[in-house]
Amino acid sequence: MKHEKAKKFGMVIDLDKCTGCGSCMVACMAENNVPFREDETDKLLSVAWMRVYKLTNGKPFPDADICYLPRPCQHCEGHHGHSPCVSVCPATATDYDTRTGIVSQIYARCFGCRYCMAACPYHVRLFNWYDPVWPDGMEQSLNPDVSVRMRGVVEKCSFCIQRYQMAKDRAYMEGREDIEEEDYQTACTQACPADAITFGDLNNPHHKVHQLARPDHRNGGKPRAKNLFRLLERLGTNPKVYYKSSREWVRNLGDNHDAIQEKA
Amino acid sequence: MDTALIPKGVKRCPLPQFLAGLGAAHVVLLWGVFAMLLCWLKGLNQTNMNNAYGFAMWIWADRAVIALGGGAFFTGFLRYIVGKDKLKYIINYAVLIGFICYSSALLILAIDIGQPLRGWFIFWHANVHSMLTEVAFCLTAYFFVLCVEYLPLVLENRQIDKVPFFHNLTHNMHEIMAVFAATGAFLSFFHQGSLGGVAGVLFGRPFGFREHILIWPFTFFLFTWSAAACGPCFTILITKITEAIARKKLVKDDVIELLAKISGWMMLTYIIAKTIDTIYWAVVTAPSKGLALSHFYTNNALYGYWILILEVVICGWVPALILITDKGRKNQFTLWLAVILAVIGVSLNRWVMVLQVLAVPVMPFIKWVLYFPSWQEVATTILPVAYGVILIMISYRYLPIFPQEAELNPLEPPALPEDEPEAGEEAAQEAEVQEDQKTGEGDLQPAEA
Repeated sequence: MKHEKAKKFGMVIDLDKCTGCGSCMVACMAENNVPFREDETDKLLSVAWMRVYKLTNGKPFPDADICYLPRPCQHCEGHHGHSPCVSVCPATATDYDTRTGIVSQIYARCFGCRYCMAACPYHVRLFNWYDPVWPDGMEQSLNPDVSVRMRGVVEKCSFCIQRYQMAKDRAYMEGREDIEEEDYQTACTQACPADAITFGDLNNPHHKVHQLARPDHRNGGKPRAKNLFRLLERLGTNPKVYYKSSREWVRNLGDNHDAIQEKA
Repeated sequence: MDTALIPKGVKRCPLPQFLAGLGAAHVVLLWGVFAMLLCWLKGLNQTNMNNAYGFAMWIWADRAVIALGGGAFFTGFLRYIVGKDKLKYIINYAVLIGFICYSSALLILAIDIGQPLRGWFIFWHANVHSMLTEVAFCLTAYFFVLCVEYLPLVLENRQIDKVPFFHNLTHNMHEIMAVFAATGAFLSFFHQGSLGGVAGVLFGRPFGFREHILIWPFTFFLFTWSAAACGPCFTILITKITEAIARKKLVKDDVIELLAKISGWMMLTYIIAKTIDTIYWAVVTAPSKGLALSHFYTNNALYGYWILILEVVICGWVPALILITDKGRKNQFTLWLAVILAVIGVSLNRWVMVLQVLAVPVMPFIKWVLYFPSWQEVATTILPVAYGVILIMISYRYLPIFPQEAELNPLEPPALPEDEPEAGEEAAQEAEVQEDQKTGEGDLQPAEA
């Protein structure tokens, strides 16, 4: 039996292109049936799988500069699949799939202990503090391929894994052994008007994401390409979301340096 | 009215006074139960937790009561395994306090989870890599051990003990209690440690993360050690408070001093280890993640260096140094001070290892997030306190918890009915004791859990 080569889906987000428009957030919510409330002023209670952070260089005019940083789940591999959140879940309600590199969440098994939220340094894991309530008629537009989550469980970005399932089904029906790069793209990638997000298989040299990131798999997936970085590289979370910026202050904000600077 | 249920040879307050106190505790209990029902029926939106604070006051309370309840396993270990026989005079109370603490911890956990009806998933779909799984298994198993240890005490109630089956059962359970004490010590080592590991394994949270020995982070050992050190201090503190409320001595000083001495030396060794751990973390572990010590204690309104000094120096070194000295243990003021500081210290340690871990910003472009509990969280945290007060009140009144009580507080001869016709129940009770003494049945045996 022929073994399928393991994939490692990941992203490169070009921060020089991102305008902070929020299309990725909207597309993500629509695609994944992300619940919302009438009053969303308290962002610490909001559920947003994709969140756009506003970064500033802290300098006064005329040197002031800003940057928008979209943050989906980083789908950390950690060491041998021991991502920060997966290893701590007491009920095996989250899983690292070594065939895709995707960190999944099993809503029907999660009992809401929130240990995974405590473990994640990126704040990508979100708890359903309320029951999801959709405005009248809107429930008709929910995505039938994504289950709606109930109150009391944790949810997070899945890299639109339902699209991967559908792409595989389509390839099978068409007699293809594998899916093409364009067959599986996340909602945020397709929605970005600035084409700032590139998604694909980091293990496949033909995929654009691989060519952009040039991950060094012998060195924990660190990017070899210039101007690329990953968030909180020093923690050893081994994330699969890469950021690109030509601005040094933006790259510096990707990790903590205070102790390193003190040593220097 | 309830004289027949009160242990022989001891005096208790009149029933109406007892019921008034019990009623007051029940009011607080009902307040907590109301808040608990709100959380269960309406969900965790009743709390002030949020996506930055997945863990908050409840998890702190959970870890704190488990640490404070550590007096049960460690006193049992000293009494039955090490052979400190003198501790048999306080072991009953240590077991009762432990039972209250652990049942409270389980109750708090049941409120804390988002889907309480799925709580059993932690056993059914257990992830062996998770520290929380280890906590759940060992905690539940140890709670059953505590039930077994508490049961003989209940069966020693005067009326229950009259039933031959229960009398023999109690006797036989005492015979094998060392097995349960050893099991309790084993289980406690792992669940106390696992609670420390909960924060210690979080390599994405540099404030909590610690280097490992084999599969366990340093915090695994520090939590076990601190529970063994400070748990007995809590037992002493509650004993002292009970004595103050009852207005009588219940345990002899030499027993308290022995436990305080052992606790003091445990605390000293713990605080040495904790100091080394803190220095290593500050100098090696955190900088390897790019973070300086100042990152964890500045730029916010609450968590300053004061909390580190308070925990390690004032509530760590100070009580340890008091309790290892003979003078410190014998002086009631310094003894009270030391046990209170120790209890605050271990509770503070649990606080920072739960809440400060989450408060510290890890991504450089986010800020500190502080948290204040909702009244529902406060009420449900006070609920176990009220429950504990009730259980202690009932147990103290009807069960022979303190074997030295009768010896320390000998009853005066009963007044003649014609002299004091209003003496009522108490006189009848004392008369009964005298009668028992005449027939040779009044010899009190120390009750042991």
